[in-house]
Amino acid sequence: MKRSTFLGAAVVSVAMAGMGLGIATAAEPIKAAFVYVGPVGDGGWTYAHDLGRKAMEKALGGKVVSTIVENVPESGDAERVIRDLAAKGNKLIFTTSFGYMDSTLKVAKSFPKVEFYHATGFKSAPNVTIYNSRMYEPAYLAGIIAGHMSKSGKLGVVASFPIPEVVRNINAYTMGARMVNPAITTKVVWVSTWYDPTKERQAAEALIGQGVDVLIQNTDSSAPLQAAQDKGVYAFGWDSDMTAYGPKAHLASAIEIWGGYYTKAAEAAVAGKPLKQTVWGGIKEGMNDLVSINPIVPEAARKQVADKRAEIAGGKLVFTGPIKGQDGTMKVAAGKSLTDKEIDSINWYVEGVEGQLPGQK
Amino acid sequence: MIGFELVRRAAPSRHMQVLAPVQAVLLTLLAGLALFAALGQDPLRAFHEFFIAPVSSANGLSEWLLKASPLCLIGLGLAVAYRANVWNIGAEGQMYIGGVCATGLAIHFQDSWGPFLLPAMIVAGALGGMFWASITALCRARFNASEILVSLMLTYVANMVVKYLVFGPWQDPQANNFPLTVEFQDDALFPLFAALGWEWFEGARLNLSIVITLVAIPLAWFFCERTFAGFQLAVAGVAPAAARYAGFSAPRAVWVAMLASGGAAGLAGVSEVAGPIGQLNDRWTPEYGFTAIIVAALARLNPLAVPFAALLMALLYLGGESVQIELQLPKSISQVFQGLLLMFLLGSEVLVRFRLRRRREGGSVQATERSVDAGARRSPGEGQR
Amino acid sequence: MSLSITPLVASAIAAAIPLLIAALGELVTERAGLLNLGVEGMMLLGALAAFAAITHGAGLPVALLAGMLAGAAGALVYGFLTISLQASQVATGLSLTILGTGISSFIGRGYVGYRAPETFEPLPIPGLATIPGIGPLFELNVLGYAAVLAIGAVWYFLQRSRWGLELRSVGESPSVARSLGLKVNRIRYAAVLFGGAMAGTAGTYYALAQLKMWQEGLTSGNGWIALALVVFATWRPARVAIGALLFGGVTALGLWLQTVGVGVSTFALASLPYVATILVLVSISADRQALRRHAPAALGKPFFDGD
Repeated sequence: MKRSTFLGAAVVSVAMAGMGLGIATAAEPIKAAFVYVGPVGDGGWTYAHDLGRKAMEKALGGKVVSTIVENVPESGDAERVIRDLAAKGNKLIFTTSFGYMDSTLKVAKSFPKVEFYHATGFKSAPNVTIYNSRMYEPAYLAGIIAGHMSKSGKLGVVASFPIPEVVRNINAYTMGARMVNPAITTKVVWVSTWYDPTKERQAAEALIGQGVDVLIQNTDSSAPLQAAQDKGVYAFGWDSDMTAYGPKAHLASAIEIWGGYYTKAAEAAVAGKPLKQTVWGGIKEGMNDLVSINPIVPEAARKQVADKRAEIAGGKLVFTGPIKGQDGTMKVAAGKSLTDKEIDSINWYVEGVEGQLPGQK
Repeated sequence: MIGFELVRRAAPSRHMQVLAPVQAVLLTLLAGLALFAALGQDPLRAFHEFFIAPVSSANGLSEWLLKASPLCLIGLGLAVAYRANVWNIGAEGQMYIGGVCATGLAIHFQDSWGPFLLPAMIVAGALGGMFWASITALCRARFNASEILVSLMLTYVANMVVKYLVFGPWQDPQANNFPLTVEFQDDALFPLFAALGWEWFEGARLNLSIVITLVAIPLAWFFCERTFAGFQLAVAGVAPAAARYAGFSAPRAVWVAMLASGGAAGLAGVSEVAGPIGQLNDRWTPEYGFTAIIVAALARLNPLAVPFAALLMALLYLGGESVQIELQLPKSISQVFQGLLLMFLLGSEVLVRFRLRRRREGGSVQATERSVDAGARRSPGEGQR
Repeated sequence: MSLSITPLVASAIAAAIPLLIAALGELVTERAGLLNLGVEGMMLLGALAAFAAITHGAGLPVALLAGMLAGAAGALVYGFLTISLQASQVATGLSLTILGTGISSFIGRGYVGYRAPETFEPLPIPGLATIPGIGPLFELNVLGYAAVLAIGAVWYFLQRSRWGLELRSVGESPSVARSLGLKVNRIRYAAVLFGGAMAGTAGTYYALAQLKMWQEGLTSGNGWIALALVVFATWRPARVAIGALLFGGVTALGLWLQTVGVGVSTFALASLPYVATILVLVSISADRQALRRHAPAALGKPFFDGD
């Protein structure tokens, strides 16, 4: 008797809770979720995404609440996490690393009413939208500064893996520098990791040992900047503002700014009209920038950077001909530009980059 | 000093074998209570999210088994190896190479081998794992080099092999120069339970590769506990001189141990690439091979205990995700929690083999119930029978 | 193109120092018969503690002390479980790595994004630091010089001092050591704590001498390399130094070869340090006699002081 009463009460309360939920959804905030590849404390890639998330939450003032899951391996685990987030009522899910591409697509198929946003990939679906940042734009501007600051005429890049995203940054950096000083060359060291401070530092030291005096890195730690600071040469910050890590060596930081895009996506979701088109934004869209330029950078360089920045913001494409390949052959004729598809699958170095691109004949 | 001391039991306590894990869980509960309360969380809710919620649906159960299966498989292999006192730390790398070999068949013979493809991949994966382990075995058996070091170093090399292949010859031409192989077709994938008509698993990722694990459990147990070769292996681990005298050489033990554990790891690699991943990519580093070391040690190298240890480790992993999602606790907190639970579990085990006694005046120990040479305590099956 | 090898040597030494410090600590621990696989965890604890101390205004000596204590605290947990409670050494060490990573990451969240206000800077010895080739050896920071001195100190302690003899005998045969009246557990605790303090020092090096900031997981797996070096060195201090230099050197060489444009696969170059370690190990291990002389016989085996 007692037991059945208890059961009955339980059923009623569960049902009420269910009803309550049904009524309340209209007024309740929309749930958004972010899947991160690293820890928020990485001070680089994931940190930048989390800054963007926080900016979005602030801008939307309680209309959207967000959940994060950090350190999600890009292996079989990603799909479980993404699926779980979708099943738990998140209406917007941002998967912020390339390796989540296929997992995102698989889950998206089973949750057609959830909007998925995948960073840096190349496969989309009706409810999977791709977004990416043209980091080669700030890399190009950084190259201009490097061109002014380098005395040896040798630039260095500490690079992770030979994927198009990294290759085009190397190219843009070199092109920016050679616009200032056509004799400049760039040396690249591939460390085959995204995050290993010791090895990144050793790579920077190897470059400095070869006479390189301005470094940039496409990895996730600030170790190359730190090495530059210790060895008395220059370097740039990458992904987030790294001024604090090596104030003397730091020339500027090429940063990702995800807040604007996340805010737009969230606002669209609140309005019931989700963003659908692929966004590959740069300086023009406010998705990245070159910031915190060191006061030691001469006025002429600053002016040139400001001019080029304005041109890019006005729609000028960085990869506009004439662009010569490494061997001096014309790759992009004057007046022509690389298409987005070409930029997104680029696998050749521009003139001035030394060494052989791994995997190329 | 303190008024208690440990006294070795004449035989491992059966009661404590049950009570020790209970005690560990209680201690973890207490520590967790303090931890979650200090973070301003409701401890009961946190525990529910950690241990119950992740596995309280069909999909959750499927994910739990999917995660535990490779851990169990590798853990079984390692248990066999560690019994022989062969410390294979590089199962992770052996798993990579198993995955690589299976992938090689999958992407080259997708269209031609039909139903024979998957069985061939399974064999290739096992052989691949064994091959990678055999390098360590050779270095140890022939050149006396430490298997701990060689197998660990080879793990880093195996990772570079994977990277070389997916950045180079095996790259999908359609992948915009990204490091991926083509996606496997159905012939190269383990069938899902859902696809076999198990409606309960509709939409879940659990696949038939778990059958390999289920077969391996009794097999490993039978080998360790019921065959002469398993006995020889254990003797070779504990008392190499005695084994030699009995005609079983130490190098042979090394080979058997490495090949068994490498083969198991290779199979786990196949179950990953032909299961939830469905292709090979440069970021496939699930660390199952390292986690399985904890699994084997928690199970005290008993093959029948390995599945439970694997389920526990898998649950800790899923629970960590769950509290991140539901309570927004950082990943690191679940690591702290996992570390604590493991520590308590390891510490509680002492009561299986020892009992606590009030120290007598003067503190000296007169009566020991059993005196054992320190080395013999790792004898096979000790503490379980 | 400059072909000077001095920068290469400098880079190798810089990478080798923290490996050397951690490996020397682990060597002493293992010589007492305990295999502590928690080096990575203890290094991270030490790195965070040192960084936290320095950002809260402590001086370098206090920060170093904080790093050592944090590493030793991790080691104490390990020691309590394996020595007093007879837990599995392998599993306990691995659990310590999980715990140390978790604790350092969690507490470290508040410390991301700052530069260390005070750091260990190189103290070149005039005259010596400019010698081509070996100059970098005389351009270390204070931790680096201490690490070099520690090679000799650990050797002297183990081979020439009475305490070292006691420690080794505990690692060889604890039951015999006890019958000789040695306090086996006390010696083992001391060895474990020393190992923890050294790992904490290595972590301090990463946080305050190399990276000069805090990032989660900033030791990036070097704890495992330190562990490997002990085996590689067949438990002899001088060989730890050679191994650490070799490892740091081959890594630096692989990166350096790229800068001069050698057309070898970058993945092959990245594998080089590991392959080289195996090859050297194989060649030195073939001398079975030497190996048997140096490996602690009771390594990894639990010892119960009450029997």
